[in-house]
Amino acid sequence: MYVAVKGGEQAIDNAHRLLAKKRRGDTAIPELSVEQIRQQLPLAVARVMSEGSLYDTELAALAIKQAAGDLVEAIFLLRAYRTTLPRFSPSVPIDTAQMSLSRRLSATFKDVPGGQLLGPTFDYTHRLLDFALLAEGEYPGPHTTPDASLEACPRVLGLLAKEGLIKNESDDSASVADITRDPLEYPASRAERLQALARGDEGFLLALGYSTQRGYGRNHPFAGEIRIGDVEVWIDPEELGFPVCLGSIEVTECEMVNQFVGSATELAQFTRGYGLAFGHAERKAMGMALVDRSLRANEFNEEIVSPAQQEEFVLSHCDNVEAAGFVSHLKLPHYVDFQSELELIRKLRQPAEGTRHE
Amino acid sequence: MNDLTQVPVRDPAYNFAYLDEQTKRMIRRALLKAVAIPGYQVPFGGREMPLPYGWGTGGMQLTAAILGADDVLKVIDQGADDTTNAVSIRRFFARTAGVATTESTLDATVIQTRHRVPETPLQVDQIMVYQVPIPEPLRFIEPSETETRTMHALNDYGVMHVKLYEDIATFGHIATSYAYPVMVDERYVMDPSPIPKFDNPKLDMSPALMLFGAGREKRLYAVPPYTQVSSLDFEDHPFEVQKWEHSCAICGSRESFLDELILDDAGTQSFVCSDTWYCAQRVKESNQ
Amino acid sequence: MIQSLMKEQPVNVPAEPLLQVRDLSLLYGPEKGCQGVSFDLYPGEVLGIVGESGSGKSTLLSLLSGRLPPQAGNIGYRGKDGEWLDLYSASEAERRTLLRTEWGFVEQNPRDGLRMGVSAGANIGERLMAQGVRNYQQLRGAGLDWLGQVEIDPQRIDDLPRTFSGGMQQRLQIARNLVSSPRLVFMDEPTGGLDVSVQARLLDLLRGLVRELDLAVVIVTHDLAVARLLADRLMVMRRSRVVESGLTDQILDDPQHPYSQLLVSSVLQP
Repeated sequence: MYVAVKGGEQAIDNAHRLLAKKRRGDTAIPELSVEQIRQQLPLAVARVMSEGSLYDTELAALAIKQAAGDLVEAIFLLRAYRTTLPRFSPSVPIDTAQMSLSRRLSATFKDVPGGQLLGPTFDYTHRLLDFALLAEGEYPGPHTTPDASLEACPRVLGLLAKEGLIKNESDDSASVADITRDPLEYPASRAERLQALARGDEGFLLALGYSTQRGYGRNHPFAGEIRIGDVEVWIDPEELGFPVCLGSIEVTECEMVNQFVGSATELAQFTRGYGLAFGHAERKAMGMALVDRSLRANEFNEEIVSPAQQEEFVLSHCDNVEAAGFVSHLKLPHYVDFQSELELIRKLRQPAEGTRHE
Repeated sequence: MNDLTQVPVRDPAYNFAYLDEQTKRMIRRALLKAVAIPGYQVPFGGREMPLPYGWGTGGMQLTAAILGADDVLKVIDQGADDTTNAVSIRRFFARTAGVATTESTLDATVIQTRHRVPETPLQVDQIMVYQVPIPEPLRFIEPSETETRTMHALNDYGVMHVKLYEDIATFGHIATSYAYPVMVDERYVMDPSPIPKFDNPKLDMSPALMLFGAGREKRLYAVPPYTQVSSLDFEDHPFEVQKWEHSCAICGSRESFLDELILDDAGTQSFVCSDTWYCAQRVKESNQ
Repeated sequence: MIQSLMKEQPVNVPAEPLLQVRDLSLLYGPEKGCQGVSFDLYPGEVLGIVGESGSGKSTLLSLLSGRLPPQAGNIGYRGKDGEWLDLYSASEAERRTLLRTEWGFVEQNPRDGLRMGVSAGANIGERLMAQGVRNYQQLRGAGLDWLGQVEIDPQRIDDLPRTFSGGMQQRLQIARNLVSSPRLVFMDEPTGGLDVSVQARLLDLLRGLVRELDLAVVIVTHDLAVARLLADRLMVMRRSRVVESGLTDQILDDPQHPYSQLLVSSVLQP
């Protein structure tokens, strides 16, 4: 006779203990510290902060450790933590023109005022596994010129705008909805779309951006400017009456120059796609910029022919916390729904009922 | 309260039931709107919870918003109090709200459920909170949210019966066995969550308040007490519930929804009540 | 007012038009779209809109059928109850309901006007289901009946439209529209993309149904042969304007405007 077995609580407790053991690995090896992760895996930390929608390198590093290196799980941890945080004030929009640059490049001109600043990049490395790294060797630092002067680096797209070749993005000071507080409804504003994309899964946006390059809604992108560096964050509290600087954060910004539009009544102008991410995160910023431009199809009267142009499709599926949750929920017991299906399929397969019903 | 009720100690590190008061107020306002328009999906600013989307965050946010210190909470999944996720959610509220929890359908004031309605009839002043994965009953035929919203607004539901017609033409029967669409208060078509169609009649004119939460999709809806809820069908192919040839192998019930178990390699089947508390009660009563 | 005299039997001319269009305009650019269009349409009358591609006839059809709001002008529709509805002052809900009940729209590409994933019977029954018919046998009966009326083998009632030929899909689309007994049907190049012989059969069917059901029709076509066969009256469009309008036979046999003359003369005579 079948006897129902209880013991779910105990099973869960043991599962947690096994997880902790797996995360620790061989105890003869030194334990990874949160600070080590923060210092030595900065690109992982950047991704977790961007998609977790929270700038805190230490918490992101902690999340990565707790998640045993699973970045999507780490992003989830940071998001859940974010829910509990009190909100003081929106910041003043960050001014990336004032960025203290560590990297800056433009593919649209051979040279621009301020020049091309390569910065710390994988771009020109040869992808050969470095076994010296395995042996934990020491690395020589960069050659520095102590009294080099910083040239001004005006925005490349600003230069195009000056000539009237691209529309200036201007701040109309309208209030901006916060998609983490209010539900997103369609059609969404550009501000809401950018929020969703900023916290959207890098892989998903990369694939969609890639698809536009391969012809699924082509818009001829050029990397107008990519900048990485520190920007100051200011708030302007009513009680003080003057703005205050809270500190600085590292961000990556990408502006794409895309297919120009024009008509009989309006002169042709280039169009723009925008990407922004916390930390050093070029691929994310570029993918985001490509998708941002794609989703502006309606604005430019473009025919919507590809998934990257479909607002509902992109925004409903770009959040990896939502996606991972729903995909993984298939692991939950579904035996009651399945029982219903079993009962139905057995009934439908009974020959006496016939197939075509007259 | 019976011996299955526990009163835990609340963890002071969190606000009561985890969510901050403003968020709870926002959810309650949305719930009031939902109750005022039975079956209509109200968008709400859902938050990330410590459980993943798809694992009951919608139901949990609703429960968190309505729980009071004196409430008694029951949590079930697939009808059972002991499935891992039901345990996980019950523990969550025990820890963050310190409310009494129970397995007894009779003693609970709030019942959060995934995919089943208890066999024991619900009473006035009880609240059922359903976990909903996909709130939109039209989603199967129309992927666009803008379009489905318009269809609800315009009472444009022809396509629901198209699906039923097609089932009958192909199989001779309507081929939906769970998440069976219903018409609420003769106005809105609603997805009652993936409960088996066996449970649909329990929603009709129920004395309890039914609340439905979809966390990932950020929609909630409600069926107030004593509301008409009818399952879609045709006059000449009326709605039918599942029936079993077997009775429960543990308590002998012929009326409840039965889970099928495979006992051995030969595929020997056994059927037991899905509602574990109901089953245990019947056994208890027959022993007395 | 232009009277409808070209039917084989004389008809009583009703006192009031079904559709009243005044100064309708929507322009995308200079001479792209349509402008200054005015006409009346009477119950049972077939109006053909002819012209080359780019003349604005598709834009006009979208405006008339409630799909695109105009920049100027208005459209009045006299409902079954005799009441006048200003099409674009009405709500989206009213327009959509109209398109499901008293109006029909036959798309150029049947894939746009059918549910390709459900059976022919379901396609035909949908409007009835939307109106609250809840009897499976009744719906099936209507499906069989209409398949017969559009000359599709009733045995195919459970087949998916993608198993039908282009001509059959088009006929299915017509059945799907006519099942709700509409008073006004819009047609966008209904024979476009079909073989000549298939076209002829479809036109014959349409002509019969239009007469039998006393349908008012607005049909857009670039094919003058289609216009001659179906339409009582024609409007010739060129570069967003109506350059000539009148009785079909008059325009085709004795066109006044130079463009109409060009159009008529360029049609190859068999």
